[in-house]
Amino acid sequence: MMENLPFLSILIALPLIGALAILLLARGDDETVARNAKQVALANSVVVFLLSLLLWTGFDRQDPGFQFTEEYTWLAQYNIAYRVGVDGISVLFVLLSTLLTPLCILSAWSAVKTRVKEYMVAFLVLEALMIGTFVALDLVLFYVFFEAVLIPMFLIIGVWGGPRRVYSAFKFFLYTLVGSVLMLVAIMTLLFTQGTADITVLIEGDLGFALNLQIWLWLAFFASFAVKMPMWPVHTWLPDAHVEAPTAGSVILAGVLLKMGGYGFLRFSLPMLPEASEAMSLFVQILSIIAIVYTSIVALAQEDMKKLIAYSSVAHMGYVTLGIFSLNGLGVNGAIFQMLSHGVISAALFLIVGVVYDRLHTRMISRYGGIVETMPRYAIVFMAFMMASVGLPGTAGFVGEFMTLFGAFQDRMWIGTLAASGIVLGATYMLLLYRRVVFGKLEKDDLRALLDMTPREIIIFAPLVILVIWMGVWPMPFLDIMASSVDALLVPFVEADAAGAAVAASQ
Amino acid sequence: MSAFSADLAVILPELVLAVMGMVLLLWGAFRGNRDFGVITVAAALLMFAAAALAIVAPTGNGFNSLFVNDAFARFSKVVIFAGSGVATLMALTFSADTFRRFEMPVLMVYAATGLSVMVSSQDLMTVYLGIELSSLSAYVLAALRRDNLRASEAGLKYFVLGALSSGILLYGMSLVYGYAGGTGFEAVAAGIAGEPSFGLIIGLVFLMAGLAFKISAAPFHMWTPDVYQGAPTPVTAFLATASKMGAFALVIRVMLEPFADIADSWRQIVILLAVVSMVWGSLAAIWQSNIKRLMAYSSIGHMGFALVGVAAGSEAGVAGCLVYLATYVIMNLGAFALILSMKRSGEPVEAISDLAGLSQERLPMALALLVIFFSMAGIPPLAGFFGKFLVFTAAVEAGFWWLAVIGLLTSVISAFYYIRIIKVSFFDDLPEEGTFDDAGFTLRAVYGLSALSVLLFIVVVSFVVGWANTAAGVFA
Repeated sequence: MMENLPFLSILIALPLIGALAILLLARGDDETVARNAKQVALANSVVVFLLSLLLWTGFDRQDPGFQFTEEYTWLAQYNIAYRVGVDGISVLFVLLSTLLTPLCILSAWSAVKTRVKEYMVAFLVLEALMIGTFVALDLVLFYVFFEAVLIPMFLIIGVWGGPRRVYSAFKFFLYTLVGSVLMLVAIMTLLFTQGTADITVLIEGDLGFALNLQIWLWLAFFASFAVKMPMWPVHTWLPDAHVEAPTAGSVILAGVLLKMGGYGFLRFSLPMLPEASEAMSLFVQILSIIAIVYTSIVALAQEDMKKLIAYSSVAHMGYVTLGIFSLNGLGVNGAIFQMLSHGVISAALFLIVGVVYDRLHTRMISRYGGIVETMPRYAIVFMAFMMASVGLPGTAGFVGEFMTLFGAFQDRMWIGTLAASGIVLGATYMLLLYRRVVFGKLEKDDLRALLDMTPREIIIFAPLVILVIWMGVWPMPFLDIMASSVDALLVPFVEADAAGAAVAASQ
Repeated sequence: MSAFSADLAVILPELVLAVMGMVLLLWGAFRGNRDFGVITVAAALLMFAAAALAIVAPTGNGFNSLFVNDAFARFSKVVIFAGSGVATLMALTFSADTFRRFEMPVLMVYAATGLSVMVSSQDLMTVYLGIELSSLSAYVLAALRRDNLRASEAGLKYFVLGALSSGILLYGMSLVYGYAGGTGFEAVAAGIAGEPSFGLIIGLVFLMAGLAFKISAAPFHMWTPDVYQGAPTPVTAFLATASKMGAFALVIRVMLEPFADIADSWRQIVILLAVVSMVWGSLAAIWQSNIKRLMAYSSIGHMGFALVGVAAGSEAGVAGCLVYLATYVIMNLGAFALILSMKRSGEPVEAISDLAGLSQERLPMALALLVIFFSMAGIPPLAGFFGKFLVFTAAVEAGFWWLAVIGLLTSVISAFYYIRIIKVSFFDDLPEEGTFDDAGFTLRAVYGLSALSVLLFIVVVSFVVGWANTAAGVFA
């Protein structure tokens, strides 16, 4: 049955239909409209999530190629088509997107009071575009989704954000756009030199570019993905965007949008430009180390909880780029796992900040302290994710960091050593944050009146807690699903290594 | 069919427009301005009919190769007539009696006829004839509000500078005639075969300067902001859409038909015009507070982007240009309908800050604005992206990847001012006095359809590209 259904297209279309329904059908006074919009959006995103679980069950883990593929003619003159499909790498990101969207909508239930209808529409459109980005198997289609994501996100930050929302929204939009247009030039070059925009053909292997052209193209892709990740030194838009965005906006930004950068490296840079990736690997690794160490230190100095978590995101994404450009199995598997675990953990951390922000409307760390006494359940949930973010064994964070570091050690010993220092720094700022917010003396009067987590909030966190422990204790199902696709991805690098070893042995 | 009736068949749309324009003029002369509404609707319908006629009129040369109807002319004419028709319809929203003059729709018909002659020309004399017919009509249209200081200034500036550019153009034509030995495109092409003489190159430069004025490419753009601001908004809409399409199609025809063999000589000039227009159109718009002036700089920038396709000089480049211009016309018609809808208690307002809080009171209008301006910024999946994509792909393919990089980076700068408009209408608070008056059916239909076409363009892009490829095939 499933083979005949355009399954991925349905996943993309459903949220769009929901958004359109809310936009056109929501009528009546403001309160009714808001309530209906929330209910429709939640129902819609839950249905999409449940449907997307069929991807998890129906996915053939032995097959390294693309599954659930569809192809329809679109711009035949340029051999550009509507091509979608998932492999072991992208399927996980689709699931991450569909999981986080209903949680975001739930988290905004009472936090968003103005223009609720538009908010829900923006989130559903965003969900469709995120799914589209991860399933697109055509250069131009990918670019369309990748860029279109900016529109709803720009509005989410700008309309429902904090006091400096306009500045942050512009910075987010323009930074990302500059990177993306350079990628567009690379896409155009690929398009006319190869005569097709079909990603499944392009990742097959040798595209016949000279090394210096490869490096130019690689840099063009890098401009876009590095901004999106974000890598040091082009990360400065992220703290601003996170601080000003509403809670759910931060969750999606950290949980999914940052992963588009890492996904891009895996989908474009590595398979299409292998020699350039090899040549530039040290460069990326050094940037990753700087990101890990520098942003961890910056995070230590933050007074704003969201800003602290934003900087920690940059550091954690540093492990991702480090792992990807180790160009070995452990590193790349670890990087994908790290992206997933960071997607869950950082999303949860932003939601945790959102919980107290909804109550006190401040994110300043110094305004809190001792809330374990009034909010014990909150303290437990916070602890789980704090520990996961630190990378405690038994949580998702550990597996990703450990594997990427292991991969880095295998590739270049000194890089791995330097990166490991980030673990210590990461533990420092997270534990400090936790101590200052949760422990200490409960001195402030308004903190005494705080209510613990509501059932709605518990429902939001329950799946995330389960997931973060599941991924930490038994990561195999996740590693299994990506394994064969990652092996296929690394074939050119393994061959290069083997050839290098053979040359060395013969001398 | 006799030779003469074959000639007439080729110019069918222009013929119908010219004759029916006379009828409308007489109608107005007898009935006066009280029939303004009926004449306007009739003129618009006439132009939509002309768009249909442009498709059915037989292809071929007419009048001893003075005039041609081919796939390229068809594509351009459909866009020109549709754009002029919609711009004319917008005039229905004129409220003050000073505006409701029957000459206005009639002049629109003749301006459109002139543009149509331009894109079909096969001879420098036909080029000049078309340019003057459309320009003279446009001068009068721009100065329609003759009791208004700014409008008179706009009209005068447009006329003086327009006359100057026509002079330059004519001088260039005379040099080309002198050195090539003929005014027909074929004669010129034959004249430059082999080694083109220096005088011919000088003539070409003058010719291009004159044409650059018509498409308002920088540095020949000086008139544009003042005229855009001073002219009545429907006229501005005409100047920004149909008029640009016609002039740009003429640039393509002149460069790629008679001067195709010396592409290397004119390419440098086109690249220079493109770069200066893209950069200046993007930078200068940042400081504008009047939305019509902003649209003027925006169109200068857009002309720069489209010129990149001409610089590529390939069929793909021309096809990209045509798609770019078609989407540009659709977006601009919507944008000007939005601008016309900006009225408070009957008085038009034109400051960007007047859009504040639009999304809170008039969500459909704000959404249309969102879609249209994101499209102008070239953000996918909207129509504006595909124009840029095709033009820049052609440039990269022709080896001008650096031109594509400059173009795409300036498009980021231009995104800044487009999203500023969105920011004002979505992020800013609603002012005390509330938003605008009800826009009325016509304008709502225009910006609604424009936004819808921009949004759904992604579905029909293949069809449009196919048609543009056929049109560009004329220059193979």
